[in-house]
Amino acid sequence: MSTIISLPDQSTATLPKRSYLNSEYGLKSWLLTLDHKRIGILYLIVTLFFFCIGGTMAALIRLNLLTPGGELVAADTYNKLFSIHGIIMVFFFLVPIAPAVLGNFLIPLMIGAKDVAFPRLNLLSWYLFVTGGCFELYAIIWGGMDTGWTFTTPLSTHYVNTHVVSAALGIFVAGFSSILTGVNFIVTIHRLRAPGMTWFRMPLFIWSYYATSILFVLATPVIAITLVLIVLERVIGIGVFDPAKGGDPLLFQHLFWFYSHPAVYVMILPGMGVISEVVACFSRKRVFGYTAVAFSSVAIAVFSFFVWAHHMFIMGISNYSALVFSLMTMLVAVPSAIKIFNWSSTMYKGSITFDTPMLYSFSFIGLFTIGGMTGVMLASLGMDIHLTETYFVVAHFHYVMVGGMVSAVMAGLHFWWPKITGRMYPEPLGRLAAAILFIGFNLTFFPQFIVGYLGMPRRYHSYPPEFQVLNVLSTAGASVLAIGYLLPAVYLLWSMKYGKIAGANPWQAPGLEWQVQSPPLTENFPEPPVVDFEAYDFEWLANHTKSEVQTVG
Amino acid sequence: MDSQAIATLPEHGHAEHEHSPHLHHHFATEDQQREASNFGMWLFLLTEIMFFGGMFTAYLIYRNWYYPAFVAGSHWMKIWAGTLNTTVLICSSFTMAMAVYSAETRKRKALLRYLSLTLFLGFVFLGIKAYEWHNEWVEHHVPGLNFSINDFTHVDPRYPLDKPLAPDMAEKTQSYFSLYFLLTGVHALHMLVGVSILLFLIFNAWKGAYTTGHMTFIENFGLYWHFVDIIWIFLFPLLYLISRHQ
Amino acid sequence: MSEPTHHAHTVVHPKVYAAVFGALLLFTALTVFASSLELGVFNAVVALAIAVIKATLVVLFFMHIRYSSKLLKLTICSGVFMFLVLITMTLTDYISRAWGLW
Repeated sequence: MSTIISLPDQSTATLPKRSYLNSEYGLKSWLLTLDHKRIGILYLIVTLFFFCIGGTMAALIRLNLLTPGGELVAADTYNKLFSIHGIIMVFFFLVPIAPAVLGNFLIPLMIGAKDVAFPRLNLLSWYLFVTGGCFELYAIIWGGMDTGWTFTTPLSTHYVNTHVVSAALGIFVAGFSSILTGVNFIVTIHRLRAPGMTWFRMPLFIWSYYATSILFVLATPVIAITLVLIVLERVIGIGVFDPAKGGDPLLFQHLFWFYSHPAVYVMILPGMGVISEVVACFSRKRVFGYTAVAFSSVAIAVFSFFVWAHHMFIMGISNYSALVFSLMTMLVAVPSAIKIFNWSSTMYKGSITFDTPMLYSFSFIGLFTIGGMTGVMLASLGMDIHLTETYFVVAHFHYVMVGGMVSAVMAGLHFWWPKITGRMYPEPLGRLAAAILFIGFNLTFFPQFIVGYLGMPRRYHSYPPEFQVLNVLSTAGASVLAIGYLLPAVYLLWSMKYGKIAGANPWQAPGLEWQVQSPPLTENFPEPPVVDFEAYDFEWLANHTKSEVQTVG
Repeated sequence: MDSQAIATLPEHGHAEHEHSPHLHHHFATEDQQREASNFGMWLFLLTEIMFFGGMFTAYLIYRNWYYPAFVAGSHWMKIWAGTLNTTVLICSSFTMAMAVYSAETRKRKALLRYLSLTLFLGFVFLGIKAYEWHNEWVEHHVPGLNFSINDFTHVDPRYPLDKPLAPDMAEKTQSYFSLYFLLTGVHALHMLVGVSILLFLIFNAWKGAYTTGHMTFIENFGLYWHFVDIIWIFLFPLLYLISRHQ
Repeated sequence: MSEPTHHAHTVVHPKVYAAVFGALLLFTALTVFASSLELGVFNAVVALAIAVIKATLVVLFFMHIRYSSKLLKLTICSGVFMFLVLITMTLTDYISRAWGLW
């Protein structure tokens, strides 16, 4: 049953006198803050900065591919462009954006805690992230790196003379920030839930962030040691991956993908959490099959450790092993599909409103489904041999990462923007931007499926002339996509000062974070809350609002 | 704002809240805080397992590929030094456990004594390790920096039972020594970190911290120290012992 | 709290520590002795088995896991499990490579 609640009149809402934003002023109060909400915003600023760098690189790549000859940049510059794009977008945007920004801001609020378990560690992890980012910026400014984001050996250890060492060290340091964030979240979720907040009363957002944190803790150390080995091999020439000294380059691939495949789920699981919240709120229904969605998050996290070698099917791993990994990879489709079906069932007979976060959720569900289904195609061994290292793969993971995760991040950012800033963004512009993003995204990446299937390899700076039409379409789409990113940047900044005042609960959502003022107090809850209702309990909210009206009236 | 509906609250440990200077504001009780940091420390140790896990995987694979080279390489390890170091580390784990016990029973002098002993044993371990590394440098067994396959292509009079390796297999002893230096090096780095924290702990304990009932920090450091001991418990047989005979 | 987090904090008696300490030294002597015997493949098996026993003793008693909550026990198990996944899944490739193509 869905419950219809008319949104309250927001015109009478006022900004609270005291909130985490105005409790202290000055740069120092931000740089030394232990408040999880402020740290979340610090992360937001830094990750968006890196997104601009990565996005600029993407724009240059697309411009260069406008013509078959690749007239804009030289071949080795092109290599640097896509390497920087990949490294920055993966390690410094997609991995931290959802966990560190939305997670830091929302996890304590959603479970009724005053802060994360280790606030100092939380601040330290931001500084580690910034330090890692500085290494990366150093590498970029002093000439870049051209290994691709995968640091493939022996290319990265023997054949390139670019800044591999500082790039690897940057990721190593930023990895510790991921680990500490993961540790912090797991302990927070286990130990700091408010009285009455049982595991199955938690919002699904928390479940998916819990699964993400497990991946952080168990997978990140493996890439840390792998990058240390790369650095040692470059600097003092130990031979763990060097065939000349008896090493095996494939071992590098195993260790690298042992992290990097779970990292792909780090980049999508938080997005799934956001979508669960948004879909429930704008359908005004409890998420269909709550337990199934909760456990599918954990299942995705567990499965992700058993599939990594599907990145290596054509690299000479054994056929028998490839068969196992192919099967395991297809199994990941099951929990992902459970989520998609459950969101669709949640919307079924819900009273849906088409606000901006919901539009982004629609685009998430559609685009992620396409990305996921092409993933199953790539998981089957025969298809993979045809499609690996073509633009088909590029399109596939951009459908998941950009179409999926970035849509989810935009949905989350719009959904919680009134909570973060206390002000609403302009709704018509929001809907327009969501539409532009959807159109621009499909125009950019759908042609890449076709051009990849036809055989255009990735990572090349020129291509045969018969692929030009599709590449021009893709570049045109990229420029639409750029507008889709710039527009929200402009109106969100504008709304920080001029947006309508939102009030505590502009969406009439039942989550704990919506029951406090926006922006929240530094200590989140004036008194520790006691939870006596399930997640997504719209009837509880309706009764609660009614009784409040009666008491006040 | 509207907290009255969700805040039908039993006053949760507020008495401690105002009295204990060690309780951070976002925890309700000292127990909750202690368990949270304990759990956090264990999660950190999980990441350490995976960190060493990558190196152990490499060791396992290369040992199977280049079995004769790994056997020949490990014959150059000094078993007496390894045994001594294992004993030293186990002793230091015991003194560390006793230090935590002294903090629990609030005995400052005993705490200081055991912490200093642990520190001393940590230095002894690092000393013996440094001596071994020095020997390996002298014997040209440091891959990348100072390596020669001479010892493996000829029979050394001290190890008359060894057969000389073919030159290309002798090259593969570099794999063994790379992993040896990597594993013992990263382990020693953890020891160094541990020793530095120990210095800090001793200073604080001397000022009287940890014996007033608040001992989370020393407890968690104990976990770290024991973990480093466990890593060595595995390194010792893998690097020194298992090929003694082949 | 919503789950039973409160466990009476056990103080382990020094006698237990001393006993574990003695056992660890004994096992160290044993493993060095075992390595001097000619056991073929079992040299490695025995050495690793003894190492696992020693590590378990340290975890259970020095690190207080015997007296800790189920959550911590589960945490350690998951760490060991993932470590084994890393090794075995990687080895599936290395072992079956020798079987050749179909």
